[in-house]
Amino acid sequence: MPQTRALTTPIGRRILPYAMLSPAVIVTLVIVFLPMLQAMWMSLHDYVLFRPKSFDFVGLDNFTKALADPVFWISLRHTVLWIALTVPAQMLLGLITALLLNQQFPWRGLARALVIIPWALPSVVIALMWVWIYDSNFGVLNDFLLRLNLISHSIPWLADPDTALYAIVLTLTWQGFPFFAVMILAGMQAIPSSYYEAAAIDGASSMRQFWHITLPGISGVLLTATLLRVIWVANSIDVIFVMTGGGPGYTTYTLPLYAFIKARTGLDYGYGSALAVCFTILLLGFVILYLRRAGKNIG
Amino acid sequence: MMVRNRSLIRRLLTVDLPMLAVLAFTLAPYLWMALTSITEKSRLFTEGPSLAGATLANYTRLFNTVGFGTNLIDSFIVAGGTVIVGLSLSVTAAYAFSRFRFRGRRLMMLQFLLVNMFPLVLLILPLFILMKTLGLVDTYLALIIANSTVAIPFSVWMMTSYIDAIPRSLDEAAMTDGCTRLGALRRVILPLCMPGIIATAVYIFITAWNEYLYALTLGGRNVKTITVAIQTLIGEYEVEWGLLTAGGIIGAMPATVMFLFVQKRLIAGMTQGAVKG
Repeated sequence: MPQTRALTTPIGRRILPYAMLSPAVIVTLVIVFLPMLQAMWMSLHDYVLFRPKSFDFVGLDNFTKALADPVFWISLRHTVLWIALTVPAQMLLGLITALLLNQQFPWRGLARALVIIPWALPSVVIALMWVWIYDSNFGVLNDFLLRLNLISHSIPWLADPDTALYAIVLTLTWQGFPFFAVMILAGMQAIPSSYYEAAAIDGASSMRQFWHITLPGISGVLLTATLLRVIWVANSIDVIFVMTGGGPGYTTYTLPLYAFIKARTGLDYGYGSALAVCFTILLLGFVILYLRRAGKNIG
Repeated sequence: MMVRNRSLIRRLLTVDLPMLAVLAFTLAPYLWMALTSITEKSRLFTEGPSLAGATLANYTRLFNTVGFGTNLIDSFIVAGGTVIVGLSLSVTAAYAFSRFRFRGRRLMMLQFLLVNMFPLVLLILPLFILMKTLGLVDTYLALIIANSTVAIPFSVWMMTSYIDAIPRSLDEAAMTDGCTRLGALRRVILPLCMPGIIATAVYIFITAWNEYLYALTLGGRNVKTITVAIQTLIGEYEVEWGLLTAGGIIGAMPATVMFLFVQKRLIAGMTQGAVKG
């Protein structure tokens, strides 16, 4: 049936959807997919910006160079650590916030509006205010901990190699947990209240209700949000770039940051692109998982 | 009465108090920044930020000496331009995705989703080379194009979900009355999803306003957005925290205010897809 209809519909109507799509599709092809192909092409070349004339094909040399580069492995380790700490912290805090926002209390609307603020702030501003909070001489964090006698002397949170990465993880957690809260809350509100009523009649405690109704009900949202967050957290380099620029030493380098710095300050676009391509390949698994989930929803 | 009182106390302890704690964590850094920005320079390092003797000196200095005004204008042009490009290219595409079933639809929708997942570093390096070749580095156009790489896919998805919510029978009624497809889109669908269009526009504006790495790489002396200006401040006025935090407040202001206005609709559109999953 659809086939015969397709044959009988006038050609104008059959190409209409494609005509309507073409502006957006063509522009994205030109400004996204072509440059990406170019990045892959660059990664196979020896291309340093201060020698623009030389663009020598070197095959996979940049990639083998990366595998032998200790900074590559340091950055990769940080990327994994960074995701493994930030995303669960964001999720846990987001879950708690969503559970609270799902209760009945008079100022719920206000609380929900205010909780999302970090999400709307520019990352540069976020970086700036946390650098001020962490400041070793006048920062409020040191002041606070000193007064509580939790530490005996000021700690230069961002300049100390042992704490810098964790300080940034806290900042990113602060930035990203509202996203989880909002997503999880939407998931919770989609659970029919009759489930809870039935459970209450059967005498289930609120803890049991959480384990057997809420958690299964939000598992889908939780997975989707986690995948999205892993991808975004992995990609986000602006906060680190402003807060520490990767330092002290290489202690806050992540893989995309390394690629960016290589190209920006080292002007080594060939090697930078190769690092970016490596990172993309590593991330691809999560992207595919996410796309599969999203693809199921397309009606 | 007793029971009601007890349940009220219970609610205060289990809901209101923890919620306040979460909000304190959320807002404290922001409020601390605001407080620092209005503290007098001489007091800041002796007594710390305080409301006593509040001053706007840092803000006036920001505009008079540092020249934040031009940075604000640059950010407005870039963000506004991105909104126009993003919306105008995506409306017809979103309509097609919502109303037609055609070969390749799924694939194309996923393609738009995929674009937003790709690492920015992979794109920023070739875009810089491209802009350099075209002589567009340090122009508004370069930044608008770069921001559109995010804005177009996002607004295609958002608009598709908003148009999906409008019944098809309305298009059909308009077409029975003699409208063409595009006429129905323009006269019936667009006015009806105006709130959705506004929410999408605001989101694009905020993302473009907040964007930093493209602005740093593709901007320069002529086009310097607010985010880059703030970052430059950090380098130049390292210990002048009053001035720096004032810059932070100004930079965050438009996004925060606009976001509070449209947050409900925006969140509805963004979470819809995820809830179904």
